[in-house]
Amino acid sequence: MAQFRLPKNARIQKGKEYKAPAGGNIRVFEIYRWDPDSGENPRMDRYELDTDRCGPMVLDAVIKIKNEIDPTLTFRRSCREGICGSCAMNIDGTNTLACTQAIEDCKGTIKVYPLPHMPVVKDLVPDLTHFYAQYASIRPWIQTQSVASPDKERLQSKTDRERLDGLYECILCACCSTSCPSYWWNGDRYLGPAILLQAYRWLVDSRDESTGDRLDELEDPFRLYRCHTIMNCTRTCPKGLNPAKAIAEIKKMLVLRSEL
Amino acid sequence: MSLINPLARAKGHGSAKSGTRHWWRQRLSSLLLIPLVIWLVFAATRLGGSDYRQAVAFIATPHHFAVASLLVVALFYHTKLGLQVVVEDYVHTRWLEITLQLAIKLFSLLGMLIGLVALMTIAFGD
Repeated sequence: MAQFRLPKNARIQKGKEYKAPAGGNIRVFEIYRWDPDSGENPRMDRYELDTDRCGPMVLDAVIKIKNEIDPTLTFRRSCREGICGSCAMNIDGTNTLACTQAIEDCKGTIKVYPLPHMPVVKDLVPDLTHFYAQYASIRPWIQTQSVASPDKERLQSKTDRERLDGLYECILCACCSTSCPSYWWNGDRYLGPAILLQAYRWLVDSRDESTGDRLDELEDPFRLYRCHTIMNCTRTCPKGLNPAKAIAEIKKMLVLRSEL
Repeated sequence: MSLINPLARAKGHGSAKSGTRHWWRQRLSSLLLIPLVIWLVFAATRLGGSDYRQAVAFIATPHHFAVASLLVVALFYHTKLGLQVVVEDYVHTRWLEITLQLAIKLFSLLGMLIGLVALMTIAFGD
């Protein structure tokens, strides 16, 4: 039934310390470490870093630590400019992209954890299998009944296209979904803010012809209505999008097509 | 551990195709409760200095009786809808979840009936 503490093998312990040579502009990073092969509990390793000899972003620091201090540190990263979504992690208490989070903007000791409430593969790498499967479940592609003309595109007016603004920019980094308490407690069935924003992106696409079927699939106490407008999603989105509003719009569409 | 395909797991048993009515009625009942609770405060302050007979006479007035009845209905209905969501959110032990959901339905209905019967006894008692 109710569990108030983490299981014994999941409790975080004090980890190793890596001192920096004196001088320079020292910042301390505490990073969550867990190795599935060691059989040990997760621990917080402490790294001191001279930020004068490091790039400005948290990702620069994490890469520097891996390259120069501790090559066993494991994390995902790719584009280093906020467009791939690989380096999403919990930094200084907020889910964000390490590559767009400035070290300067973090207070005191900078604590870095993997995205909350996801199974951990290793260190800062969360298992996003279920998240991606949920994305696939909403069929995130154009669905039409009418046959496409062979000699021209499916046209959109400027206003049609503008409806996708604030939606198409989502990079599926999972910062919002993993910041949502409802997704923590019911993520097995609740789709979460990222997937619902994507679902809305297809609901309002003027070229899509499956709006009704899409709404049918979303109309569910768990898939959609676990959203209780907590708003963590909107507060944390590193791209400045508003998943909470997209979810509210889906709810509005469902109410307006049903008996009031 | 399960080797179930991730997509099969994500799709689960499909959409229940419901929830909109529950959500909409929760909003409507909360809107309805705003004026009703203001009335309750008004009634409580008005009845502050009065004796038993005056209080009974107040409740027995048709419009106050109607508003009080509506308050009882809206309050217990809204409570039922809200508690249902709380259990869905937090109770993940199947037998306990089902027991609580049924208990919430039963006790909110009972509470509503007791409130209505009490009001009727006051209004039509003698």
